[in-house]
Amino acid sequence: MKLLPSPLVCRDAVELVSDYLDGTLSRRGRRRLEKHLAQCDACTAYLDQMRATIAASGTVGPEDLPSDVVEGLVNLFRQYRSDD
Amino acid sequence: MDDAELLESLLGGDESAFGELVRRYHPTLIKVARYYVGSAASAEDVAQDTWIAVLKGIEKFEGRSSFKTWLLRICANRARTSGVREHRSIPVDPNESGPTVSAHRFDQGGFWSEPPVPFTDAVDSRLDNSALLAAVRGAIDTLGEPQQAVVTLRDVEGLSTQEVATLLGLSEANVRVILHRGRARVREIVEEAMKGSKI
Repeated sequence: MKLLPSPLVCRDAVELVSDYLDGTLSRRGRRRLEKHLAQCDACTAYLDQMRATIAASGTVGPEDLPSDVVEGLVNLFRQYRSDD
Repeated sequence: MDDAELLESLLGGDESAFGELVRRYHPTLIKVARYYVGSAASAEDVAQDTWIAVLKGIEKFEGRSSFKTWLLRICANRARTSGVREHRSIPVDPNESGPTVSAHRFDQGGFWSEPPVPFTDAVDSRLDNSALLAAVRGAIDTLGEPQQAVVTLRDVEGLSTQEVATLLGLSEANVRVILHRGRARVREIVEEAMKGSKI
């Protein structure tokens, strides 16, 4: 007799979401999570939030550097070129 | 301009190309360095030394990896050496095995008692989308190490898990665990911020 995997509860499902989105969850884990998501709007919302967070992280771009930091490093470049 | 074009201009002596690369990568260099060294000032020094090494070695860059990977590798190697000199141990996640979503959000059976609401409901307009981006950036900045370095390299810079593992001297399994925890923390902070921003 094949044992059926126990159904997930939400508290455990959320711990699988990051690996699920990266495609690194085991096949069994993926099946259990997908089965849970099919019946759980709240965990689907959690998944959407996580997906939006990761997508936003990829578009935030570099933070603004103070101009004196950039200027200081560009000066270094000038110095390096003149020593060359 | 993409990195390859900037590099081309840099090789031709264009200082504005160098300035643009600095603007693009200096904040990430500081984050990688901060993972290894003990203070913000040391991290600044490592990031600055990295640019000097870039200027010295740029002619030898063969393009076998991307410029970004090459640059981050130089930074990580320098930062590692500085960290060893400072006798600083690599940070570990203090709550590595705990749950990532606060227990009070679930009932006794483990089902949501305070369910999340999709951000997409709140980000229909461009204005809200910029609020989401600002919240995400702010949240990443509040992460401690090692989460900040891992989330920055993986999700902000878009490196693979394997590349992140190599740069930070971690196993890929560790990177995945830290990433999971860092992302969950960012999501939690953003969720709070989005609640506050809904008018």
